[in-house]
Order: sequence, then C-alpha cells, then structure tokens
Amino acid sequence: MDSDDDFNSSPVSDEDFMGDQDSDVGLEDDSDFDMDQDDVGFETHDKDIFPTKQHYEVDFKVYDPRQIQASQDNQIAEVSQILGQPPEATAILLRHYRWNKERLIDQYMDKREEILESAGLGETAASNPPKVVKVKGFVCDICCEDGPNLDTFAMKCGHRFCVDCYRQYLYTKIKDEGEAAQIRCPGDGCNRIVDSKSLDLLVADDLRERYHVLLTRTYVDDKENLRWCPAPNCVYAVECGVKDKELMRVVPTVHCECSHFFCFGCSLNDHQPAPCALVKKWLKKCADDSETANWISANTKECPKCYSTIEKNGGCNHMTCRKCRHEFCWMCMGVWSEHGTSWYNCNRFEEKSGYDARDAQAKSRQSLERYLHYYNRYANHEQSAKLDKDIYLKTEKKMQQLQNTTGMSWIEVQYLDTASQALQHCRQTLKWTYAFAYYLARNNLTEIFEDNQKDLEMAVENLSEMFEKPIDQLQGLKVDMMDKTAYCNKRRIILLNDTADNLKQGNWEFNVSFP
Amino acid sequence: MSAGAKKRIMREYGECMADTPPGMKINFDERNMTKWEVLLDGPDQSPYAGGHFKLEINFPNEYPFKPPVVSFKTKIYHPNVSNDDKGSMCLGLLRADEWKPPNKVVAVLRLIQTLMIEPNPDDAIEPSIANEYKENRKEFEKNVKDWVKRYAK
Repeated sequence: MDSDDDFNSSPVSDEDFMGDQDSDVGLEDDSDFDMDQDDVGFETHDKDIFPTKQHYEVDFKVYDPRQIQASQDNQIAEVSQILGQPPEATAILLRHYRWNKERLIDQYMDKREEILESAGLGETAASNPPKVVKVKGFVCDICCEDGPNLDTFAMKCGHRFCVDCYRQYLYTKIKDEGEAAQIRCPGDGCNRIVDSKSLDLLVADDLRERYHVLLTRTYVDDKENLRWCPAPNCVYAVECGVKDKELMRVVPTVHCECSHFFCFGCSLNDHQPAPCALVKKWLKKCADDSETANWISANTKECPKCYSTIEKNGGCNHMTCRKCRHEFCWMCMGVWSEHGTSWYNCNRFEEKSGYDARDAQAKSRQSLERYLHYYNRYANHEQSAKLDKDIYLKTEKKMQQLQNTTGMSWIEVQYLDTASQALQHCRQTLKWTYAFAYYLARNNLTEIFEDNQKDLEMAVENLSEMFEKPIDQLQGLKVDMMDKTAYCNKRRIILLNDTADNLKQGNWEFNVSFP
Repeated sequence: MSAGAKKRIMREYGECMADTPPGMKINFDERNMTKWEVLLDGPDQSPYAGGHFKLEINFPNEYPFKPPVVSFKTKIYHPNVSNDDKGSMCLGLLRADEWKPPNKVVAVLRLIQTLMIEPNPDDAIEPSIANEYKENRKEFEKNVKDWVKRYAK
C-alpha cells in the first residue's frame, strides 16, 4: 500500500527521519476535516473517503531495510563530525546511548574520557586504523599456536590473538548468540567493544552481512519512534510519533508495506477501538477466565460470607465453607443456625439472611453473566474472522469460477475480493468493540457507541450472508454486494471516528482503572 | 571438534596436571578427551568437608569459544548447583556471555572450589536453598552435612 501518499500530507524526508521527530507527527492535524464528518455522505464514493485521513488514523511511515541503513549512516556521520570521532567509534557511542544523540553529545562534552571508557573505546580511537600484523615470539592464548608466520590482531586494548581465533570468536558471537552491538574483546576481563571496522577487517562477507543485519535491528529496537513489523519474515520497520504515554488517548494502528495491520503501541494485531492497556487487561482476563467461567456459572455458587466459589458434589444441604467455616443452606443460602430442625427440606425462602445472601449471589452471578455476554460476542467475531479467512480462500476460487462460467474479466470480479477484505476488517473492529464495551462505564455517549456497534454488526452480517450464496447467483448480486461492502466500510469508519474522538478528548469513562 | 580445540584441551590437561588445585583429581581419557571426570574433596573450611564429589566437565564442540559445561554427578546441597539429576551450574565464567576464549578450565575448577567455601546466593539456581543460606545458616549447614553423609561418603 502506498501509505506515504495516503496518510502523510507532507512526506517525511530522510532528513526529517534523522532528526528527532518528536511530536510533530500530527495527532492534532485535523485541518482537512469537517466536524460533521459523522454524516460523511452515504453518497460519496470510496475514492473520496479513503485518501483523507480519518480521525482514528495516525501518521506513520514504512521504511525498508535500505532506508533504515541509510538513516543510521546519516545519523552516525552527523554525530561523528560533532564529536570529532571516526564513524566506527561514533556508531559504538550512539548504540551505547541507545541512539539518543542529544544526551550523548551533552555528556561527551562534559566527561569525554569517562564516556569513551564506558562505551568500551578507551583512550584515543581516532588514530591508527585496525590492521593484521605478525609479531615475533607470539603465542596465541586461545589455540596455543605460535610461529613466525602467524597473523595476529588486537584492538587498542592490546589483547592480541591469532586471526583465526579472533575470527572464530566473532563467528560464535554473531552466528550462535546473535550479538552485534555488544561484542566485547575476547581478552580475559576486557570490556572493549569490537567496532565494525575491526570486524569488517576480520570476517568473511556472509558473516559481515549478518552482523549488519543485527546492528540494524538494534537501531530500530533502540529508537522509540521505530518499530519492526511483527508479521513473520517481514523486513520493514514503521515510524510513528505516538508516545507510550499517549496510548490511553489514541490507538495507533499502522499498516505495513507487507499488508499487515498492527498496533504501533503494543505490536499486537489491530485492536481499534480499544486502547492498548484495555486490550492487555482483556486478553489476560480471557486467558484466566473464559474457559472456566461458563462451567463456574453453571455448576457452582459462592459462599455467602467469603464468596469462595463452591461446587456441591453430593451430600445434604448443610454446607460448611472450607475457607471461612461459615455454615449455610445450599438451597436458600441462608445461615444454617436459623434453619431450626427442618434439616433436609429448606422452606425458609422468606428469611432475611437468605434473601441477602441470594442478593449478593445474584450480583456476583450478574458480573459473570455480563462478562460472558461480552466475551461470547468477542469470541464469536474472532471465530467468524477466522472463517472469513477461509471465505477469502474460497473467494479466490469463486472469482476464478465466475470468470470461467460467465466470461467476466478479472477486474470485474474484484468486488468479491474487496468485499471479503472489508468483512475481515469490520469483524476485527467489531471483536474489539466488545472488549471495549466490557470496560466502558455507562454515560450519555455509550448509547451512540452501542448504536454504531449494532449498525456495523448488522451491515457485516448482511454482507457475510451474501457470501453463502451459490456461484450462479453471485453475478446478479454484484451491485448489491458492492453497495453493502461500501456501507460496511462506512459504518466502520463512523464507529472508529466516534470512539477515537471521544478517546482523544477523554470522554469515555471506564469501570476499571488503567495504569 | 577442530584440531585446534583438541590441542588446546591437551595442553590444558597438561597444565592441570602440573598444577592441580589441592583436593582434586582429574581422570582423563585420551580416546574421549572432551569429557573429564573430576573427583573433588569438600574443602576443609566448608560444611562439605569430608565429602567426595564426582563432577563431569564436558567440552562443547565450539570450545574454547563456548564455555565448558560442569555437572555434579554426586548430589550436593548447594544454592548454585541444580537439585536434579543434572546437577548443573551456570554462573560466572560458565555463562556464555561471561566466558572468554582465553579462560582456562583450571579457573573453572578454582571457581567451583571457591563456591563450595562461599556459595553465591545472589546468582542461585536453587532459590530456596539460597534463601536458607542467607536467612538460616545453621539449618543450611545441617542440611549440607546431612546430604554429604547420605550421598558423598
């Protein structure tokens, strides 16, 4: 996808990328928006809607490995000039400072020697490029080889080993342990870091390549505004200006070149409209609860005193809680001592203690039921989204069949592909609206949200239904299907814009507190 | 295993023979030189005194670029030795990120001896034993002696 054109009014140049692009990636940039966006025309066509940035969208830019390397090199060159250090040493310093160049430059001016020492550079790294030499009377402390023709190498720290051992050492570190930025001199107790120039001198091409891949990786890992696309085997990184502390106000979904949608805040799959913290809580709750909650709901009651969950697996109605020793009647939940002599037949429905206990019980059940209500819908959309993946595969087949049986062209059957993609997006959104709703405290905005949710859900189910139709009917449904697809997308945009706006303005109230 | 590694192990064995740390005996089999058997007496100044411990030192194929692997064959009550059938140790020199190729086995042997005299509870593999060592030294020493009696005589 050409995200540059779609999402950035002014494409970010390499220079900008270098600089610390703190807050100027505009979350506030709504200039090209009317506030009556919610009414965005049902008459408007897709091409009018998509190029404009929606309220729920954030600015981001996708970088390929070559661009990442280039920006890294530029930054090194720039700082290298300021510090008067060669690029190799500068690279080490920058990595040591996790690419925070302001802090590096600041501290370098203050206490140069100390910083060089702590980054493993010691003394002057500026003079003498690294080279391989033969030394008379040398014995390698690793392989115990000696001889006048042995090539040897040492960095400035003077820990000298034969080239073969040095090479093997680097090989083990890079290939086996995946290290790059933090490889120390092989000398016993020496903390000096092997710089890239020394490394280039010693190792073969394939290893050098791997080394630079690993180095690039640390660059992205260390930068707060860069993140790897989490899709398997994806080589792209995404830049986005949304900071951690903003994540309660915005859900920064980004779209990688590889077509994967993910959240820049937490790297999980797109979870709009729910904010990251809520998603984390929800996923944890589901992992803990969902399987057992149903069973608990059907088979247990809680002790009226300590609310421990109890399964009654036989015996009489006289219960003694194992935890708090409270004695109560299983039937009416009242205190046992008030039961008199009607031991096996509870007829005390009117008693106050029983009434209170049942009341508390009902409340606790209610919260469980409430959770299950949202969970079932969440899980249903998750399941349906998986089925939609199957549909997507079937769609391809259907498109092929349609082309064969009706003589429609490839471009004429694309509407099926568009429809199935819309379904997947909408289901993903719907799914998370239920997690969102679970934590949402009622206020006068929740009704609008629920209406939006309902509308989107209906639109999705309608479209989804059409996919079940046999192949010979599909052709006749083309216009209808395209309309429904467009409608689904619009409902989704409306819902997401509404939730994003209110999130940004802090209008939502949640029934849990987030860190 | 490379010829260089074999040469190095041979040489290290020679050095160990010339300068074996006190209370240790190394069994070396030339046909299988990557596995050393070490017999170690519990140091006199430690609660392990009187015990005889069998250790195995295995040299990985990448030796000396990867550290040797140490395992206690005799059960031992110690915060830094895993309480299972492996009896493994993984601290200090023995960790891949700490080990440097010029380090020698003899340093590993010395480390083990030092640890028997003074365990390192802050880098423990058995947290409960480490805790006991810190909180209740008497109980710890009692357990050590108990295990010595049971397994290491």
